[in-house]
Amino acid sequence: MKIRTWLSLSSIALLLSLSSIVKAEWGVNMTEGVTEISQSIYDLHMLIFWICVGIGVVVFGVMFYVMFKHRKSKGAVAAQFDESVTLEWLWTVIPTIILIAMAVPATKTLVEMYDASDAQVDIKITGYQWKWQYDYLGEDVSFFSNLSTSRDAVYNKEEKGENYLLEVDKEVVIPTGQKVRFLITSNDVIHAWWVPEFAVKKDAIPGYVNESWVNVPVGQEGVYRGQCAELCGVDHGFMPIVVRAVSQSDYATWLDEQRAEKEAAALAALGDYSFDELMTTGAEVYAGRCAACHGQNGEGMGSMFPPMVGSDIVLNDVDKHIDILINGVAGSAMQSFAEQLTDVEIAAVITYERNAWGNDTGDIVTPRDIIDARQ
Amino acid sequence: MTTTTAAHDDHGHHGPAKGIMRWILTTNHKDIGTMYLWFSFIMLLTGGVMALIIRAELFQPGMQLIEPEFFNQMTTMHGLIMVFGAIMPAFVGLANWMVPMMVGAPDMALPRMNNLSFWILPFAFGMLLLTLFSEAGAPNFGWTFYAPLSTTYAPSSVTYFIFGVHLMGISSIMGAINIVATILNMRAPGMTYMKMPLFVWTWFITAYLLIAVMPVLAGVVTMMLMDIHFGTSFFNAAGGGDPVLFQHLFWFFGHPEVYIMILPAFGIVSHIIPTFSRKPLFGYSSMVYATASIAFLSFIVWAHHMFTVGLPLVTELFFMYATMVIAIPTGVKVFNWVSTMFQGSLTFETPMLFAIAFVILFTIGGFSGLMLAIAPADFQYHDTYFVVAHFHYVLVPGALFAIIAGVYFWLPKWCGNYYDEFLGKLHFWLSFIGVNITFFPMHFIGLAGMPRRIPDYALQFADFNAVASVGAFIFGFSQLLFLYIVIKTIRSGKQATPEVWEGADGLEWTLPSPAPYHSFSEPPQVK
Repeated sequence: MKIRTWLSLSSIALLLSLSSIVKAEWGVNMTEGVTEISQSIYDLHMLIFWICVGIGVVVFGVMFYVMFKHRKSKGAVAAQFDESVTLEWLWTVIPTIILIAMAVPATKTLVEMYDASDAQVDIKITGYQWKWQYDYLGEDVSFFSNLSTSRDAVYNKEEKGENYLLEVDKEVVIPTGQKVRFLITSNDVIHAWWVPEFAVKKDAIPGYVNESWVNVPVGQEGVYRGQCAELCGVDHGFMPIVVRAVSQSDYATWLDEQRAEKEAAALAALGDYSFDELMTTGAEVYAGRCAACHGQNGEGMGSMFPPMVGSDIVLNDVDKHIDILINGVAGSAMQSFAEQLTDVEIAAVITYERNAWGNDTGDIVTPRDIIDARQ
Repeated sequence: MTTTTAAHDDHGHHGPAKGIMRWILTTNHKDIGTMYLWFSFIMLLTGGVMALIIRAELFQPGMQLIEPEFFNQMTTMHGLIMVFGAIMPAFVGLANWMVPMMVGAPDMALPRMNNLSFWILPFAFGMLLLTLFSEAGAPNFGWTFYAPLSTTYAPSSVTYFIFGVHLMGISSIMGAINIVATILNMRAPGMTYMKMPLFVWTWFITAYLLIAVMPVLAGVVTMMLMDIHFGTSFFNAAGGGDPVLFQHLFWFFGHPEVYIMILPAFGIVSHIIPTFSRKPLFGYSSMVYATASIAFLSFIVWAHHMFTVGLPLVTELFFMYATMVIAIPTGVKVFNWVSTMFQGSLTFETPMLFAIAFVILFTIGGFSGLMLAIAPADFQYHDTYFVVAHFHYVLVPGALFAIIAGVYFWLPKWCGNYYDEFLGKLHFWLSFIGVNITFFPMHFIGLAGMPRRIPDYALQFADFNAVASVGAFIFGFSQLLFLYIVIKTIRSGKQATPEVWEGADGLEWTLPSPAPYHSFSEPPQVK
């Protein structure tokens, strides 16, 4: 009797602690998200979860009962039955009914998820190793979004911030209360664009344009974070997604700002820059965009990512160096940076690579050189 | 047949050759079975060390021990080695040992091919493992090797990987043909199909699955080889190819492959539970039909691995429904096992403990599988640690526990000695606790949003990752105890009786323990 009391008490305690964990939301359950779709997915998830719990309680309950009651040491004598047509029918038919009951709401939700028609905003999302490009179709706004967590934080040389690995240099901004359609594709390998709060996860596949959509309700303005969900190479864990949902008027203002910034950058490229200015900017760009593959000190990595130190192209062939930055190297992970960096940034990083780590060529590449090379 | 001989060498001219050549030239099903089992154990430890490297790196946020590039090599190699090197060869080893004894045959039907199918394996895995020491590093594109990451963007070692996969495939196909031939031709008189033991039945069906899908795998890696070296564009979008085609082909192999790794486990458990319940298996024929249904369904559910690739709505719905249907025959099996235990006379020797743990933990893996089948919810689960938790629950306390249970169950028959029951139970409890501490928290971090295959993670996932890493080390090191127990049993232990277990039933238990070198030199009669 004592053992039984202890067992029932401890199982009650276990159940209570489990349910309190679920309620406290200590990161143990799926997010309910902020959209209607994410809410219905959460409901489906909880429904199937409780169905499983129910079946589990019955099946494991019988098992534990048998294990305590029908043991040889308690003098149990084995019965010799080995068949029951009624039972076999019962446990085929009942699960079938449960599954049909489950399939109905699942189908309904899936049909809703697939309806990407009548979107008010179209954003083309392109996956790159290892960053995202966002293209606001018809708005003349396009930019890249990179991880902004520093390598020093990753390598434990500085404190990790609250949004460690989930922060970017430029957030993708969407309006609330409007249906935003994402057209998702990739420039190299397969990635997957995932924001849990929207319940949007779609593979970005080269040669395909996948569709997905979100409608963040008004009042749910805020920042939503996600990550690439498909193994895409060495920095798969370092290409987060940050979406800022803003009101429709803020969204319009933001679009105008983006266009103004673009014009300013084009003007800036016509200015004059000193060697030191280029080196400072170049060091920043290198650390943010190049160091992940080519090494923090230009040492390269493995056989896939060549070193910058002592490289023939870096030391001698300035035209080829510019060409690689602008056009990329076909069939390799080296992509075109023509759209990703401004003329000033490209000029600065090339200058930096040709003069850092003992390369000391003394070469200065100016933004004007880049403008010329682009033509 | 009543006197037992102390060692194999005493069989005179019927016995094995001496020294190392015994193992290289052997055509004996027991020798080859033994080699398969030792090989798979070595691979289990190798893949296990890789898993521990992964878990050590993931113990805390930030990069501490290894670089992301090496992390990717570890996840890839861990998966490949565990699937193709540990689980599959272990089942082939058990089949080699047990199928001839269970059907009343002297040996396998095709003994020389049996030798070849084993000896290919060390070369296949030697080649795969050697890539770790190459300049380009080992394959780093995940065990599912999705193109174009595994073609255009792959390290040069991918060619060795392709050759290794070809060799493994040839080995598996030969092993499967051998098992089919043995079962079709060498059953004892009177053993009709519906009297075959369930381990034989499940392996019979598994062998057909292998023969059906290994050529598809060979095809897909050959297409990769062509893309990489001969300028084709099967999977290269820029050349008019289709990266999604790769996934369809891979999972057309990959999903039946999942059942290749679990059906023989169902068979083993269906022997152990009746034995220690001292009661016949409940619903023998429904077990057979359920196994066959699962095998059939395994061919029409592959795209549930691809719910997020952008399939059309109707395709998505079809694969969701088909996948949900699998829950029915799988449920039938679980209910049958529980009913077998019901009103039995239960004892809890080590094989029974592992078998019961199998039923419970495999069912938990089945529950998460059912959740994953719900396509809308899968958009949240896909490629997270929830999936990692799911397939580790069906493969570790699923397939691996069944293999370990089988080894404890049949070890006295193989070497004539009982294992140390206390140590066996200790091994069970350490494994059981370790496996749950490792994999249960992965459900939570997956649902909370942690993607799989990442070397570093956001801070909110830190606590459960630390817990999982501790569990992994407990589980990993307890397998060394298993090694010790097996070696101890081979060397000494209480002399086993021919039937070994009180409730044992089947032809294999009519042979003396240890079983003679050539199992049945005269066919037994099955009533």
